[in-house]
Amino acid sequence: MRLMPSPSEATPALELHGIDRRCGITQANDKIDLIVRRGTVHAIVGENGAGKSTLMKIAYGLMRADAGTIAINGEAIARTRHRPADALARGVGMVHQHFMLVGSLTVAENLILGHEPTRHGVLDIARAEREIAALAERYGIVVDVRARTELLSVGEQQRVEILRILWLGASILILDEPTAVLTPGEVKRLFGLLKSLVAEGKTVVLVTHKLDEVHAIADRVTVLRKGKVVAELPGDSPPEDIARAMVGRPVLLDVPKAAATAGEVVLAVSGLSVAGRAREAVSEMSFEVRAGEIFGFAGIEGNGQSELIEALAGLRPATAGSVRLRGDDVTRASVGERQQRGLGLVSEDRHRRGLALEMTITENLHLGRLAEVSRPLRLDRAAMRARTAQAIAEYTIAPADPDAVVASLSGGNQQKIVLARELSRPSLRCLLCAQPTRGVDIGAIEIIYQRLLAARSAGVAIVLVSAELSELRALADRVAVLHRGRIVEIVAGASLANPDELERIGGLMTGARA
Amino acid sequence: MEGILTFAFLAQVLRITVPYALAALGGTLSERAGVVALALEGMLLGGAFATTIVAHATGSVALGALAGVAGGALVAATYGLVVLRFAADQVVASVATNLLLLGLTPFLSGLAFGSSASSPPIPGFGPDVLLEPLFWTALVLVMGVAWLLQRTAFGLRLRAVGDHPDAAASVGIPVIRVRWVAVLLSGALAGLGGAWLALSAAGFTDEMSGGRGYIALAAVIMGKWRPAAAALACLFFGFAEALQLNLQAAGGGVPRELVQMLPYVLTIVALTGFIGRSRAPNALGRPR
Amino acid sequence: MTFGLSESMRREVYATALALLVAMAAGSVLILIWGVSPARVYGTLLAETWGSEYGFGQVLFKATPLIFTGLAVAVAYRAGLLTVGAEGQMAAGAFATAIVAAALPADTSAAVALPLALCAGMGTGAVVGALPGWLRARFGAHEVITTIMLNFVVAALVMWAGRTGQFVTETTHTREIVAGAHLASLGLGSSAANLSFVLALIFAAGVAWFFGRTRTGFEWRLVGASASTAEASGIKVRRVIVMAMALSGALAGAVGANTVLGDKHYFEEGLARGAGFMGIAVALLGRGGPFGVVLSALLFGTLAHGGFVVNALVPRELVEVLQAVIVLTLLATSAAIRRAVTNAGGAKEGA
Repeated sequence: MRLMPSPSEATPALELHGIDRRCGITQANDKIDLIVRRGTVHAIVGENGAGKSTLMKIAYGLMRADAGTIAINGEAIARTRHRPADALARGVGMVHQHFMLVGSLTVAENLILGHEPTRHGVLDIARAEREIAALAERYGIVVDVRARTELLSVGEQQRVEILRILWLGASILILDEPTAVLTPGEVKRLFGLLKSLVAEGKTVVLVTHKLDEVHAIADRVTVLRKGKVVAELPGDSPPEDIARAMVGRPVLLDVPKAAATAGEVVLAVSGLSVAGRAREAVSEMSFEVRAGEIFGFAGIEGNGQSELIEALAGLRPATAGSVRLRGDDVTRASVGERQQRGLGLVSEDRHRRGLALEMTITENLHLGRLAEVSRPLRLDRAAMRARTAQAIAEYTIAPADPDAVVASLSGGNQQKIVLARELSRPSLRCLLCAQPTRGVDIGAIEIIYQRLLAARSAGVAIVLVSAELSELRALADRVAVLHRGRIVEIVAGASLANPDELERIGGLMTGARA
Repeated sequence: MEGILTFAFLAQVLRITVPYALAALGGTLSERAGVVALALEGMLLGGAFATTIVAHATGSVALGALAGVAGGALVAATYGLVVLRFAADQVVASVATNLLLLGLTPFLSGLAFGSSASSPPIPGFGPDVLLEPLFWTALVLVMGVAWLLQRTAFGLRLRAVGDHPDAAASVGIPVIRVRWVAVLLSGALAGLGGAWLALSAAGFTDEMSGGRGYIALAAVIMGKWRPAAAALACLFFGFAEALQLNLQAAGGGVPRELVQMLPYVLTIVALTGFIGRSRAPNALGRPR
Repeated sequence: MTFGLSESMRREVYATALALLVAMAAGSVLILIWGVSPARVYGTLLAETWGSEYGFGQVLFKATPLIFTGLAVAVAYRAGLLTVGAEGQMAAGAFATAIVAAALPADTSAAVALPLALCAGMGTGAVVGALPGWLRARFGAHEVITTIMLNFVVAALVMWAGRTGQFVTETTHTREIVAGAHLASLGLGSSAANLSFVLALIFAAGVAWFFGRTRTGFEWRLVGASASTAEASGIKVRRVIVMAMALSGALAGAVGANTVLGDKHYFEEGLARGAGFMGIAVALLGRGGPFGVVLSALLFGTLAHGGFVVNALVPRELVEVLQAVIVLTLLATSAAIRRAVTNAGGAKEGA
């Protein structure tokens, strides 16, 4: 057994120098230096595509750096042989943005995966369950260790992920975009847990793009832009400074919104019920959306918003109630029929619903729009190319190659294609829009917000489902708070600027009494 | 229909079910690890042929059975090479593997026995299937595979790899290696099933697997990818085949071709009645 | 032949060439095991296929069913379906072709007899193909297993129908078709090559036009690329699945034009056996595109007739083995090349 140098206060928990990593044609990490001090919360911020996740995956051993050095608790690691097993052995644990939990296994089974305790060759699950439950209690993490992880809520799954790395003895916790799926209340609870861990001497590295969180909890902030470190600031720096460093120019975090001029009712939903996987996802919901209005839905993932949008789009049957589009009953109409009546869809899962990844930009821009470019016996390719060129210019889609395969585009550009397609529908009357800026960088977010508000000014009725309350504040005229498939309350979009109101709404989203 | 409830008929059902069940056990392991098990047909055939060669050369049933295991594993290794090492499409590779064996076995048979259609007789089973040690081995294997999957560390890793390979990799599990073991085991089990086929028929005939590998996979789907349930589903198909054989022998009004169709039609019906697709292992068929 | 071939196409050509070389090497090993000289075998094969008028004609004759079944598999694959049912659809179609062509009045003109017989074959194939398509669309039953099972079922039904009256007594073939339903020979030596080869080429062009230029072809391709996206864009995915499988079955059913109308003039059990399965290999080698399908059908047709020609030297099954080896090595080489490209080139990683 080697003699390890005893870690002192001054030895950084994590030290990366000169890290390079190429991913395809992009230089994802470019000579990055990072020093994370023990016992602190260190935030790594940057736009989508800045290189944050790549850097942390390298630190954790999931990816190999092309060049540079890594040291954990003062001990240098061989760059070419660094694996998650080594990182874990040295006390580094990582909670990924997309959870690494095996759904069909229980909490306990997931936690012991890779380090299974056995007795005479048989898995000793009972002992594992006991020990894990004890650990969970110590940290105040509430979870049923016998539950199958696929049945847990998103917040619970995240707690399981954190529990896992604690159980594996992590003293350095890397969290990649942890709050993307949490309500304000759950974020508070998470930060409380992190603070208590840090008080015990553990180190937390937080990868995020949410600047208000950085302000709330980070001791230091490292800003990445296009693969390089561009700034290192104290955690309580003003968000505008951090945002400017992230983007390289002043960022308009609030897009100017014209006053609401709502017209006639375009979408009328009455008593709508939709079945979900285990129980009813939407229960007797009624609401109306007018022309020129953005009607938002706020709620934690899993409270019926996905099923609601699918039912309104015609992708899922309603078990009760009715949906009327400009007076016509479309409750039993097909997707195509609704589209003909002026309905557009920006789905929350663009890879599954919005795009055909292996097809080109031109082809994707015409999904569901083929009737407009069809001649008898063949497609009008010239017309398709003309429209594509126009869309690429209008939305600054990159690369500007109409034959580029969509799979190679960034998330932001992919989403721009979906929006360009849906917003340019002839006689678009109502747009269903779910999580429009998920996985999209700030530059593209600006364009998307501008386009949605432009559609609003042009009289389109928009249903906007978003997990980001700030987004609803920026765009929505009215916001319906969703819990377990019912509308708990409808508030004005502007009221979300008020922090107390924000907290109250967060409570409603988790089921507190109105 | 008088013969149905006799002990002889039930023994016949068991005798017929064993190769299906062994193949289905192999299929369960492979698919739970995320690898499509359509090549069971080729593994059965390979096992049957290997058994015939060795049993003919040595005169020993036991050695023949071992050869069957090796033969099936060899076929699985070929399949594994294409889909695990090279990450090619698993469905097409399975069909190609089966076609390879369909062509290779008569060729080798002609080489070894001078006839591509059938082999000379080999020592086989006695009249009472319950006295065959291989039968009880198969029974033990059903429980063994279920135990392996649910109660061992390897089984846990196998299930993880088939459900969420990225998660398994993130805790340091060698995904491809686990899948190799699963595929080789599936070949060994199916190969043993092929050994049973050859020993039961006391020889090898061209294309003797007769679609059993595919039917075994249907049984896996019916059993929702659980080994014991899949083996039980095989009993259903074994019953169908036994019924078909007896009806043919009995003559009667039913045309023999329609009777021959029975297992295949039942498979189609079974696949439509069981919406097991939604419960398939998540990473099934996706090369990591 | 590299005029303007893109980087990716050139890679595909390398992969195919490599696969063929490996297959030839494997074949040589097996030939040596059998005890014959590979050079002699390959030499004889080439001389008697492309080296003689009769041989070339036979190559075309053997390639024709493979074009039909290769197109059948390719069409289904474009819509995201893997069908192994061409074998049964082919048998059912050829059987129907023969029955109808024999049942017509003896003086029926070609202008009436040929289209009727062809429609009977393609229509029957379409029905046999649509069934697993419907089972997949409605119940999610995987088409690989259902089509394989249906092959067995169709074989049994054809034998039953034959034995109970459709076959000439004591034989396993149907009655002679009427003169009007004879498809003219191409006149290559005394080979069986007939006009159905031209028909196959026309179908290939038709499939290319369908997927490349029409709205429906685009929609089918979309279903194959992402059925969930297709559904969200207003396409009735279930209907597309059934129609694609029906078209696939119809193409396979056209094989009767070659074997029945163009050659034997009756249906015999075992006609063009294996062409259905080989269609998968043909479609794979031809990269699922109609032009590629024709080329690889010619290759496999060469092997098929070649196997017959060298039968005195090596057993016929060797050719089947060779074909399977080609598929396996092609799968391996394409996948390997594809992976090398993504590792070096354009993978998008989450940053």
